[in-house]
Amino acid sequence: MSRIRTFDVSTLARVEGQGALRVRIDDGRVEIAEFNIYEPPRFFERLLRGRAVAEVPDIVARICGICPVAYQMTACQALEKALGIETTPAIRTLRRLLYCGEWIQSHALHVHLLHAPDFLGFESGFTMAATHPELIEGGLRLKAIGSRLLEVVGGRAVHPVNVCVGGFHRPPASAAIRELLPDLEWGLGRSLELVREVSRFEFPDGVHRSVCVALRSADEYPMNKGRVVSSAGLEIDVADFERHFEERQVAHSTALHCVRLPEGLPYEVGPVARLNLCHEQLPAAARRAAAASGLTLPIDNSFHSIVVRCVEMAAAFEEAVAIAKTCRADESCCRIDYEPRGGAGIHATEAPRGLLYHRYRIGADGLIAEATIIPPTSQNQAQIEDDLRSLLPSVLGLDDAAAALRCERLIRNYDPCISCATHFLKLAIDRVRPPAAD
Amino acid sequence: MRPAPDAPPKPRLAVFKFASCDGCQLQLLDAQGRLLEITDRVAIDHFPEAQSRSLAGPYDIGLVEGSISAPGDIERIREIRAACRFLVTIGACATSGGIQALRNWGTIDDFLSAVYATPQYIATLATSTPISDHVAVDFELRGCPIDTGQLLELITAVLVGRKPRVPTHSVCIECKARGTVCVAVARGIACLGPVTQAGCGALCPAYDRECFGCFGPAEQPNLVSLTGFYERHGADRRHLARLVRSFTAWDPTFRGESERLAEPPS
Repeated sequence: MSRIRTFDVSTLARVEGQGALRVRIDDGRVEIAEFNIYEPPRFFERLLRGRAVAEVPDIVARICGICPVAYQMTACQALEKALGIETTPAIRTLRRLLYCGEWIQSHALHVHLLHAPDFLGFESGFTMAATHPELIEGGLRLKAIGSRLLEVVGGRAVHPVNVCVGGFHRPPASAAIRELLPDLEWGLGRSLELVREVSRFEFPDGVHRSVCVALRSADEYPMNKGRVVSSAGLEIDVADFERHFEERQVAHSTALHCVRLPEGLPYEVGPVARLNLCHEQLPAAARRAAAASGLTLPIDNSFHSIVVRCVEMAAAFEEAVAIAKTCRADESCCRIDYEPRGGAGIHATEAPRGLLYHRYRIGADGLIAEATIIPPTSQNQAQIEDDLRSLLPSVLGLDDAAAALRCERLIRNYDPCISCATHFLKLAIDRVRPPAAD
Repeated sequence: MRPAPDAPPKPRLAVFKFASCDGCQLQLLDAQGRLLEITDRVAIDHFPEAQSRSLAGPYDIGLVEGSISAPGDIERIREIRAACRFLVTIGACATSGGIQALRNWGTIDDFLSAVYATPQYIATLATSTPISDHVAVDFELRGCPIDTGQLLELITAVLVGRKPRVPTHSVCIECKARGTVCVAVARGIACLGPVTQAGCGALCPAYDRECFGCFGPAEQPNLVSLTGFYERHGADRRHLARLVRSFTAWDPTFRGESERLAEPPS
């Protein structure tokens, strides 16, 4: 009798983008545990070549409809370094406010509509709405407040139009930002409650003890700036990132993995990594909520990531409230003019899903000569597969459907953004079964 | 609200994705309260990004995001077409090929080797093309991303069996309605508003910047006249070529104009 078991999930649900899972177990030994991606490549790094510097923030936004601000913020700051542009405190504050909007709407989406159904036993947020109306309606309202913040500062929630190299096309009216305050304060209160509610979910065991990597700066929870630090003791400037991390093709996988040098080991980026490394920089209320939630640091169970996202949502609301109270953007200089010229620039920011790295070279003609982009999900991919390999022995007693569901749940802990990752990952499509009619 | 026991079955909605950023389908989830109204009135039977349950077709409404860019896509869109009574393409990728259609002017080997170390492992088509190049499409919703209001209008119209009220006039009309000072006339910025279809609410000019055409061409656009005007007023021809060749670059009207502008002037 064959002792080989295989199971596949051809379309991973409730993740952004198109991915699949493939597992093969031979006599109790995990032979293949692959988090596959069949999303077609879109070649952004190549199509940026020959485009003007001013066009880059609008183009890179289109890499991802869930985290366009992350791409815009990273690109703008990398290009500003290349051009020698020094931004003003007002611009930096406004950028942080905009980024808060993206963290809020992205985390609210994942927590309520994509992740919570796993813990409460539903197949979607829509079906959860019947029995958990407060949770879903509250989640949609949180997401809408994040989107509204993006609209007021960025002009539009998906692919904001107001962001430019050098700052903002037009400073948002201070009155419009202050009008958001009641909603932002409600959001802060609701997300602090959520930390408590979500921390009472039942969490499967999920010990993974990854090496965490995030940006860190002394004075703020990381979004737009910081040095790259790791739980293995690394601390480097972002400019040295590619000396310590490398995108590699590995024999067993269809996808390029970004790994730590020199050993080529996996690592984790994202909310859990950030909280483990930067909890001291959390604003006060979010920090108290994290402490009261029973989370023990460092977090070593990826299923707790849903609690961490709620903590980060509270932190983003708390910061947005503080900024909105004092922001006088329309009385300040919010755009630095520049002359196109050649140069090179590197920057990284913390996207909702983790560290996002951009490197650009601008030619003497002022057009992009070279672009390198390393998104969070390509960095997490090796870690996700590692986690799958550790999880599998414990689910072998389950039938295939139940075991596959446990694996899917594990993958969703990372909130993988396949749309982002795929456009840079190296795919071997011949190893991925083409999907049936989706 | 639970349907009465004898209520007719709800119309069935499905959401499909090809090469895209996911931003258009996520507009469905951004509709806040209106989202739950939709789920009250239609059965969302296939929407992998939002739910695990997937029921087989046929569907009453199929929303398709993304462009045709990989082997297998053509076969899959034909199957989807056959399964959907009313097929709607949503967004610049599905309706014109998207930003990834910039590859259509290069050689695919160049694009592959620029991004991928082992290009032979990548299966991709040489071009990124709109859905309507491959199957009949019942309605196109433009934009990068689409507008949530237009999406809800479309779903409502299909449910009650009328034509969706989606304007085909230019962004200029929306700019005037909004009271925005014309960036082209007052500030000399080359703006595609006069030739671009409305729908965004004339967003970019309200932020003191040019429209870059993400809703594609309006009815009866005259691009040659517009770019000629900008060129006579000092705009760089290469800048104009890039402006027309962006998020809806492969649309036939915009494509023809960017190719004309990219040629050396005779």
